[in-house]
Amino acid sequence: MFKYFLYPLLLVIGLSTSLQSFAELDFQVTLNQLSDKNFAKKIKTVEAIILSKNPKTKFVLESLSKGKVYYIKSNKKVVLALKNDKKYVATDLVSDEILGIFTKRELKKIGINNKIRKKIKTSLASIDLTDSNSLTRLKAVKAIYKDINKDIINTIKPLMVSEDDADVKEAMSVAISIFNLNSRDVEERINAIQNLKQSLEPIVKVRLIRLKDNDNDAQVRLDAERALQDINSKISQFKTLETLFFGISFGSVLILAAIGLAITFGVMGVINMAHGELIMLGAYTTYVIQLLMPNYIGLSIFVAIPAAFIVSGLVGVLIERGIIRHLHGRPLETLLATFGVSLVLQQVVRTIFSPLNRSVETPEWMSGALEINSILSLTWNRLYIIIFCLIVFAALVMVLKKTSLGLQVRAVSQDRSMARAMGVRSNWVDAMTFGLGSGIAGIAGVALSQLTNVGPNLGQAYIIDSFMVVVFGGVGNLWGTLIGGFGLGIINKFMEPWVGAVLAKVLILIFIILFIQKRPSGLFPRKGRSAETN
Amino acid sequence: MKLYKSISSIALAAGLVTSISTSAFAAETIKVGILHSLSGTMAISETTLKDTMLMLIEDQNKKGGVLGKQLEAVVVDPASNWPLFAEKARGLIEKDGVDAIFGSWTSVSRKSVLPVIEELNSVFFYPVQYEGEESSKNVFYTGAAPNQQAIPAVDYLMNDLGIERWVLAGTDYVYPRTTNKILKAYLKSKGVSDSDIMVNYTPFGHSDWQTIVSDVKSFGSAGKKTAVVSTINGDANVPFYKELGNQGVSSSDIPVVAFSVGEEELSGLDADPLVGHLAAWNYFMSVDEDVNQEFIAKWKAFIKDDNRVTNDPMEAHYIGFNMWIKAVEKAGTTEANAVQDAIIGVTTPNLSGGVSAMMPNHHITKPVLIGEIQSDGQFETVWSTSGLVAGDAWSDFLPGSKDLVADWRGPLSCGNYNVVTAKCSGQNF
Repeated sequence: MFKYFLYPLLLVIGLSTSLQSFAELDFQVTLNQLSDKNFAKKIKTVEAIILSKNPKTKFVLESLSKGKVYYIKSNKKVVLALKNDKKYVATDLVSDEILGIFTKRELKKIGINNKIRKKIKTSLASIDLTDSNSLTRLKAVKAIYKDINKDIINTIKPLMVSEDDADVKEAMSVAISIFNLNSRDVEERINAIQNLKQSLEPIVKVRLIRLKDNDNDAQVRLDAERALQDINSKISQFKTLETLFFGISFGSVLILAAIGLAITFGVMGVINMAHGELIMLGAYTTYVIQLLMPNYIGLSIFVAIPAAFIVSGLVGVLIERGIIRHLHGRPLETLLATFGVSLVLQQVVRTIFSPLNRSVETPEWMSGALEINSILSLTWNRLYIIIFCLIVFAALVMVLKKTSLGLQVRAVSQDRSMARAMGVRSNWVDAMTFGLGSGIAGIAGVALSQLTNVGPNLGQAYIIDSFMVVVFGGVGNLWGTLIGGFGLGIINKFMEPWVGAVLAKVLILIFIILFIQKRPSGLFPRKGRSAETN
Repeated sequence: MKLYKSISSIALAAGLVTSISTSAFAAETIKVGILHSLSGTMAISETTLKDTMLMLIEDQNKKGGVLGKQLEAVVVDPASNWPLFAEKARGLIEKDGVDAIFGSWTSVSRKSVLPVIEELNSVFFYPVQYEGEESSKNVFYTGAAPNQQAIPAVDYLMNDLGIERWVLAGTDYVYPRTTNKILKAYLKSKGVSDSDIMVNYTPFGHSDWQTIVSDVKSFGSAGKKTAVVSTINGDANVPFYKELGNQGVSSSDIPVVAFSVGEEELSGLDADPLVGHLAAWNYFMSVDEDVNQEFIAKWKAFIKDDNRVTNDPMEAHYIGFNMWIKAVEKAGTTEANAVQDAIIGVTTPNLSGGVSAMMPNHHITKPVLIGEIQSDGQFETVWSTSGLVAGDAWSDFLPGSKDLVADWRGPLSCGNYNVVTAKCSGQNF
């Protein structure tokens, strides 16, 4: 009798304790289906993972989109694997238990395609809607603008009541208004249009155009048209600002590349065709520094700046002492010799580092963009490079104006024999000046390594532009280089949308040719006696 | 400018031109010319192909060579200088007496070699995807023609991803211009209107992509699903993708499908901002086939670097070389005319698990794979053609060339036979 009573009781106890682990087991079984090669099946599995609402769902989805989820080839178990010294440490996704160390061949990564990536993104966004961080919530709301549907609106509405962050609340009301643009009620549509008049979201514009063309109510069509006019005029304002930013940023790159040349070519009068290769050396120095300190990528940039200055500066001094010194006053021969040097440097780099491009990592704080609104966003790397360019420029002006080296450089460039008569060691000054210009080129290389390829041909791409800026700005004038660089950058960027990148470049060159005809010494010509001696 | 030009050519000729020929170890060998740039701008891509050829030849020699003779590689460096390609090709055939040449990367270098190869009647294997519109008696095109790369990629975007708006972005030279012309005609034939196509060209090595990416962004925010079809050449890709990443254009918003970005290019950059963007090729290193794993292992051992990758043009050389070996064995001689006749119809295994055949128009059959870039710089195949696609020398979508066919078998034996006028123009390039 007692026995019969105990049996179901035991069963109930047993069930409740195993229920938890049973759910986990079930989750692992679902996860294991990810090992299927077929993308259509994979996307079904991802849907099942999302629907399971397991506490681990968010973690699994994030790891999956970051490519950290693998399966073990022998038993098809899906696990989290982290690379550690050529081997992979596998962890159980459900229990966080470490399963052991595997080689690359024993594991297979679970590849995902864009459909899955998108699915993960939207579902993560809806999970993030209840995140404790208000910035995460804001991002999550903005992420769902594009695929708003009834379900999402129904989740947002109750959240909006309890939301205390003003920005998030605003974004949520925008989302609801976007949804209401498709409402059946005319009044609601008109209200939604009123609410969205200030919004610059691309999706708003698309929806408004649709209303303007297709709505069956005349008032709605009119309102939509008015709102569109407002939005369009705002967009074009921000677009102009954006183009200006692009111009300034392009200009700052030109200035960085040219400013070293402004010293060697402008102050010393040496046509240095190897200037581009000195920039390249700076970029490779950044690469080497990153190799030396792989765990401190953010810091490596700051170490790379002085290192690149020293490397390129030393090579510059070597070129000056070894070649240019012997060709003083013979510009054609200098041109030929430095062109030869540039080829030699390229081939040396090709031999040491291979002809392939090297990958220089961008630190976290330099990637992404400062989003002002959905039309205007300023990319961080460009912003930093503009600032960096101005700092380098200021530092260089200070060196030339305030230090005794600067004084001697100016003296030698103005009148060599008089300076020597006054006891200036002109040879030494030449070497230092050339080293300074080359070092600055190296620093430019650090900046360029964040924007473009680090390869043996890096320098060639910038040598023409550098000469262009220096000649346009006026030889021997740092301020001319600054104004010339920004000017050419901005003109170029304003022309590009009209005529395309190729023609813009051609037109700039034609413009400079004509300009030089009119004013042979550039924007800021040298004045006084030194103008004739050089 | 003239001064600058002559200076540069003198310097190039004097300083960089070197020809290395490995010493002969058998009394009589069959010589194979390798015409890839080892210096200059194209060295980045072509050096790898030279090494691939050396590996293939070494491997064949271990198997006993061909026709009982050892093979000997003759390596020359045309230094990314197009006229020098012709000069070096002439030297290889006349002076070194090679029986076949494997080489070139850019179309312009191939066009420079063509008259020499035809005049001296040799055999030339070209391993890179190109714009088509050519079929020469002496050239074998083992890379993809537009219908083996560009058109299937556009089909995938249109049918599987539902793309309705297209940005055709390319570097300003012959391959992107011709490919985009074909693609535009193709898209229009599928009912895409002019206002939904944006074409953009940039100079070689373009590095300031801010304006163009911003344009793409606003072009893509018109409510229709947008994709970028990129024929942007090698070097300019890195700053392009970086800018896309920085301006927040992700692959799920606006996917970019590229025809010139392979494993080798990706190994030179931080692939994180590129994840999810696409590339269309006929081969990926990630292809899970035994024959491919074997090839990769052999390559890593040969180059003595465990981190080196394999790519599509390497596979093209692998196929081309094996086809040539088979054709020589079939013909029983290395004489050019005999090999040219024998090679048509020859089949060899490719690295993606199928068997490629040489077609009468001197192009080969290949599978087309679409892959998504992963964070480790490899591709995950997301789509592939069900069978092999035969290369089409003359595009069906260009008005001038849709009536042309190439067939090098007798009695037609013509590279551009016009089926409407029933005439062979006789011009081969």
